Amino acid sequence: MNMLSRKTSQDSHGQDSSYFLGWQEYEKNRYHPIQNPMGIIQMGLAENQLSFDLLKSWLRRNPDIVGLKKNGVSIFKELALFQDYHGLPALKNELVEFMEKIRGNEMKFAPEKLVLTAGATPANEILMFCLADPGEAFILPTPYYPGFDRDLKWRTGVEIVPMHCSSSNGFRITSSALERAYKQAQKMNLNVKGVLVTNPSNPLGVTMTKTELNYLVNFAIDKNIHIISDEIYSGTVFAPPKFVSIMEVVNERISDNNIWNRIHIVYSLSKDLGIPGFRVGMIYSNNEKVVSAATKMSSFGLVSSQTQYLVANLLMDKKFTFKYMEETQRRLKRRKEMLVSGLRNAGILCLKSNAGLFCWVDMRHLLSSATFEAEKELWIKILCHAGLNISPGSSCHCCEPGWFRVCFANMSEDTLKIAMERMKTFTDSTNSAVKGSNNSY
Amino acid sequence: MKLLSTKATCNSHGQDSSYFLGWQEYEKNPYDEVMNPEGIIQMGLAENQLSFDLIESWLDKNPDVPGFKSNGKSIFRELALFQDYHGLPSFKKELVDFMAEIRGNKVTFDPNHIVLTAGSTPANETLMFCLAEKGEAFLLPTPYYPGFDRDLKWRTGVEIVPIQCTSSNNFQITEPALQQAYQDAKKRNLRVKGVLVTNPSNPLGTTMSRSELNLLIDFIKDKNMHLISDEIYSGTVYSSPGFVSVMEILKERNDLKDCDVPVGDRVHVVYSLSKDLGLPGFRVGAIYSENEVVVGAATKMSSFGLVSSQTQYLLSAMLGDKKFTKNYISENQKRLKRRQRMLVSGLQKAGISCLKTNNAGLFCWVDMSHLLHSNTFEAEMDLWKKILYEVRLNISPGASCHCTEPGWFRMCFANMSEDTLNLAMKRLKAFVAAESNDNACSKRTSRRKSLSNWVFRLSSRDHREQEER
Repeated sequence: MNMLSRKTSQDSHGQDSSYFLGWQEYEKNRYHPIQNPMGIIQMGLAENQLSFDLLKSWLRRNPDIVGLKKNGVSIFKELALFQDYHGLPALKNELVEFMEKIRGNEMKFAPEKLVLTAGATPANEILMFCLADPGEAFILPTPYYPGFDRDLKWRTGVEIVPMHCSSSNGFRITSSALERAYKQAQKMNLNVKGVLVTNPSNPLGVTMTKTELNYLVNFAIDKNIHIISDEIYSGTVFAPPKFVSIMEVVNERISDNNIWNRIHIVYSLSKDLGIPGFRVGMIYSNNEKVVSAATKMSSFGLVSSQTQYLVANLLMDKKFTFKYMEETQRRLKRRKEMLVSGLRNAGILCLKSNAGLFCWVDMRHLLSSATFEAEKELWIKILCHAGLNISPGSSCHCCEPGWFRVCFANMSEDTLKIAMERMKTFTDSTNSAVKGSNNSY
Repeated sequence: MKLLSTKATCNSHGQDSSYFLGWQEYEKNPYDEVMNPEGIIQMGLAENQLSFDLIESWLDKNPDVPGFKSNGKSIFRELALFQDYHGLPSFKKELVDFMAEIRGNKVTFDPNHIVLTAGSTPANETLMFCLAEKGEAFLLPTPYYPGFDRDLKWRTGVEIVPIQCTSSNNFQITEPALQQAYQDAKKRNLRVKGVLVTNPSNPLGTTMSRSELNLLIDFIKDKNMHLISDEIYSGTVYSSPGFVSVMEILKERNDLKDCDVPVGDRVHVVYSLSKDLGLPGFRVGAIYSENEVVVGAATKMSSFGLVSSQTQYLLSAMLGDKKFTKNYISENQKRLKRRQRMLVSGLQKAGISCLKTNNAGLFCWVDMSHLLHSNTFEAEMDLWKKILYEVRLNISPGASCHCTEPGWFRMCFANMSEDTLNLAMKRLKAFVAAESNDNACSKRTSRRKSLSNWVFRLSSRDHREQEER
């Protein structure tokens, strides 16, 4: 008899992809400016490390909050006992206001439609459990975040049907690509329950256009399916066009159909506030049944009340959050420009981006052949010879070999400069010339 | 086409049981000494509120710790970025030391074999995902924690088959009961992957005996299955016999390696700081297993419910203070013992007895079968409702714990002040007195019968009386 479940077997969690392997190599040989200047520089981790100084200074001004005090009185006991899966009301109120602010106050969110979860990872899994039965499917545009293979499929039994986007139009979603993916699912006998998009996109680093969002909504209305919009990077938009949420587009439609009942947003503070360790994520849904079921399911991953209290107070300080968001976006823009010009200097172009913590980089001209084997070879060369861990497009299910995601917000400026120097040395040595291409600068 | 999944629309989250309904009624009318003295007193919530002062005083002495400082230096950035599902090494080390301390250091745990989860709720679910396929089953002794119906079954599709325990032997697990459960599963065409026990037991409030533990080990060895021991209440044992963990039994036996999969690889412990330290809001749980494949898979699955690094750091410092933990463990147990005594004597005054083997946990397993108008679960539900609405006490009826005998209730004693507990006992006494007066108006024979049971109960703790009813 099988002692353990099939889920414990090697492959089903999807963690043998290069996305994780590169991480392991880095762990063995980490770059340090003094202790290990020849080490590997981690450019595969989408972390926002640019604004901790602002958070730390806030903490210094608010020692009572971390000390679990309210107006000088200890509320330790209340917090220690607080395990209500409806979440700390103060935090939910602040979060909806924060989300509204990020969306330019173009819409209102209701705190009772918010479900708190220990990060966006359980939020996405919970939505799968709520919207699809095992064997059913969600369509995802490629390239997509490699973690989705584990988060959406592993324990839920839900399938992912990729919708392939190409560089010919900047990897934008088109209605024909959506239809193609749907037909593909039908051929595979898979019942499609919805589309999941990440907006702004990981790994592309671009905000979705209104046109794309409308294609999505048309498609979801036509097929009577759900849309999940993972808006985890919504606060990292540092250049125009401004961020347009799925909610904005849906609100503009005259709803004689129930589409608003099938729209769900996932959010988290891991990227915008740079606090992935604190595990603060959420689901926002207009659908009461989903909110109700997801709330109960959040029992399997609640946010620590100690953290809920800290974050609620942080967000309550509007002056601070306003300044924080502005400053962070300014710093992200600067960093991105450093990366883009550094890569250009090395003869490498990027997809024009306006959000996220990374660039989608075009290294097709460095491939020995237009194949994924060649992409893997290049990735290993860059890892071992240039000492940079970047994410190969195949790990994001990109259909064209040669694209890589390169992060810029998880290191100091000096380290980024060194990374760019190494890249230049690497490309100089492989002697490739820049080829013009359509969608990069 | 169906809009939502089966899971979202069915009732298998088990939350329509009285366990949750009583909670809702309480929320509508909660007792407050000043604001609502006629309100419902919550005795259905197994929380430990007795020793917060000890933790608060530790926090006062160590303000740097919650302030994200280590040796005077800010480590906010490191913690904010720390999302490694292997967990904060310092916290894991302190947690396993704490677990060993609770077990009198008779067993030690390897920090590399512990998986941190956001509470024991995901720990139990994760073990189901790792050990069983959808449609397979685990055997659980009744009565059991009502939350298991949701936690073990809902999203996993795993079934629970009860091991029927009875008051005839203080609800201990017996070999015939185990075999019967196994047969019941077979009849339902369910493949049994293991047994899950809570030790100390919720709702019984008792530690498992060495013979029960050995029985379980024999059973899983013979049937080639797993044993999950949820030891979430291990730090709440306040009187003899002390706590014996299944890990201790494994250490003692030398007949466990001669099978395909060594028994040691099939025993998994679940723990949490929610009950022992009274910190359910902080979401700190753990799975401990010697089985490396299980640890590997469970570690990855913990991504779906990691412990906040802010909380891991706070607790690593607190548990690292050995003077604090030693004092906390013993003082906490003293206070629990005192409270339990209060509840037991209060109940006695109302002519109600508890399971005599009660020596752990945050509750008593109370026998109110003599107050039922008939020996049925309908009568139990009627009594529960009366106690909820007339006496205004929310207690947990045995049916919600899948007890096979009507009339048993779980009553919590550690989630309120002493005054509130006294009030609860007063109310109950008044209720029982009024009930017996009411009974006096009905047929003489039945009154005599209920009186003689009552008297019998007060004079003897022998539970063979159950068979005579």
